[in-house]
Amino acid sequence: MNIIVCIKQVPDTTQVKIDPVTNTLIRDGVESIVNPFDAYAVEEAVRLKERYGGKVLALTMGPPQAEAVLREAIGLGCDEGILVSDRAFAGSDTLATGYTLAAAIRKIKIFDIILCGKQASDGDTAQVGPGIATQLDIPQITYVKKIEKIEDNKLIAHRMIEEGFEMIETSLPCLLTVVKEINEPRLPSLKGKMKAKKIEIPAWKAIDLDIDEVQLGLTGSPTWVSKIFTPPPRPKGEIFEGAAEESVNKLVEVLKDRLK
Amino acid sequence: MDIRIINEKCTGCTICTKVCPFAALTMHSKKAVIDYDKCSLCGACVDSCKFDAIEIKRSSSRTPNLEEYKGVWVLGEQRRGHVQSVVFELLSKGRELADKLGAELSCVLLGHNIKDTAEHLIHRGADNVIIVDNPKLEHFMDEPYTKALVQLIRKYRPAVFLCGATVVGRSLISRVAVKLHTGLTADCTGLDIDPKEGFLLQTRPAFGGNIMATILSKNHRPQMATVRHKVFKEAVVDTSRKGKVIEEELTSTLLTSRTKLLDIVEEIESTINIAEADIIVSGGRGMKGPENFKILEELAQALGGAVGSSRAAVDAGWMPYSHQVGQTGKTVCPKIYIACGISGQIQHLVGMQSSDIIIAINKDPDAPIFNVATFGVVGDLFEVVPLLTKKFKEVLNK
Repeated sequence: MNIIVCIKQVPDTTQVKIDPVTNTLIRDGVESIVNPFDAYAVEEAVRLKERYGGKVLALTMGPPQAEAVLREAIGLGCDEGILVSDRAFAGSDTLATGYTLAAAIRKIKIFDIILCGKQASDGDTAQVGPGIATQLDIPQITYVKKIEKIEDNKLIAHRMIEEGFEMIETSLPCLLTVVKEINEPRLPSLKGKMKAKKIEIPAWKAIDLDIDEVQLGLTGSPTWVSKIFTPPPRPKGEIFEGAAEESVNKLVEVLKDRLK
Repeated sequence: MDIRIINEKCTGCTICTKVCPFAALTMHSKKAVIDYDKCSLCGACVDSCKFDAIEIKRSSSRTPNLEEYKGVWVLGEQRRGHVQSVVFELLSKGRELADKLGAELSCVLLGHNIKDTAEHLIHRGADNVIIVDNPKLEHFMDEPYTKALVQLIRKYRPAVFLCGATVVGRSLISRVAVKLHTGLTADCTGLDIDPKEGFLLQTRPAFGGNIMATILSKNHRPQMATVRHKVFKEAVVDTSRKGKVIEEELTSTLLTSRTKLLDIVEEIESTINIAEADIIVSGGRGMKGPENFKILEELAQALGGAVGSSRAAVDAGWMPYSHQVGQTGKTVCPKIYIACGISGQIQHLVGMQSSDIIIAINKDPDAPIFNVATFGVVGDLFEVVPLLTKKFKEVLNK
């Protein structure tokens, strides 16, 4: 079983604050982390390897420092990593990102399953996983919460839907995006950490891939950000303190008209 | 890099340094300088510069015959023949956009034995309902649905395509946008038409809701966007409305799929989908144990709402993951969100802070949840919640 797990380095958005004077994002000192959803994809990839044998390759696209998330993934049990990094990729929207990652996967060539987190915590689009599958013309199952089995070149997974789950069978190769419910990620092993420290991680640039330059980065992105602004803060609320009965009465009084 | 300052034109006015949300622009020798490590190529500076001194290299490709794309489409997502409520919300916004464009609003319906639904969609504001009725489309599967939509869009060429940010919508529309090589903006909280050029202005939160971005897809059609449940108001029913029902036949060979639906399992515990609920009563670490969620259920029941949970309560095994609100759970936008014993860590706030009214019940007056609360009660939730249930029952039964 050859597995590719696509991961993304994201700013820890929970630490991002707005400078009240300049109204800009304060990104200094904000840590970069593995996208929380991708941690479940990495864990699932390693579990599949343990169940069915084979190898796991971690793939990321980003600036040079994004290499760190690949080392982290290797510490958690992935066998190797590939960084796709070039100034030409800067400003990519989801279409250009999917295009670039698909080109990298074509170069890797041999794979049965591609795993992604359901979405990234900085963009929240959930578009890149399906985008890669479409570019590669392979089937996909999104929002996977369980991989039941892989047999005879077929995979059966549980896909989370609003009211429960669907059991879906797909032919291989395929792409899956996973939700948090699928597993509980392990901690890195000592052996893994040692390996992660030493391993050489190839960095592929645009010229290393068979791609059309106009489809990369900002020039390859149909969506443009035209305006960025800070949302108005929520108006200060009304807080009731004191005896519970009194607070509840006040609350019901202000709410009762809005409930009808 | 695809952005540069044209030094001959830069007057050193410093306006760009003030609008950059990433503090990537500074002044050196009275000229603006870009720190490429900080620049996210958002283009805010380009629009602000009065001297055209900042140049950004944008997409050079263009959808052929772009001006022939007209009208607004809404995906009529159905499950087991039932049109999802988000469709009615999109029809109301879609109607508004179509009127601004002076164009028609169409709803596209894929499924099997679904023709009866068409009239209702017209009553909700659609001028046309385009139906593909085929047994292969009875249940959603990515590939046949993608192929059907791509075929229809290529034939009819809508300028705008809207779809619910549901599990189905997000999977499907990502594939469709790639096939059509066009732009797609996820989870829009605002949609409007640029009065001068007629572009779709797509506004969405970025960086975990810390900032908002307005996104355009100037040179590609259709301009595609997804919208979450409850962001827009449902279209009102007008039974006097008339419209056209167009039935499209697609060959079954087009609708093949490499994935197969084996079974649908409904889980009773999540029969009320929190993403669709108007009122959510959520519990966190302060609930102290799974048995105490009963008081939240009682309050939710009295109000006709659903029960949600913070990550802490899910991780402790008190509530199933399908109820989790927040960064790694669901993003909700109900009319009323009641947070009980939830401290209000940012991971939770990003999942519920766009609710119309937020009520916080917490014994710690300094809990960050009170910063986003419309109303707050400082007190013991085990005392406050049952009282609240009782009072609401009294008021609502009157």
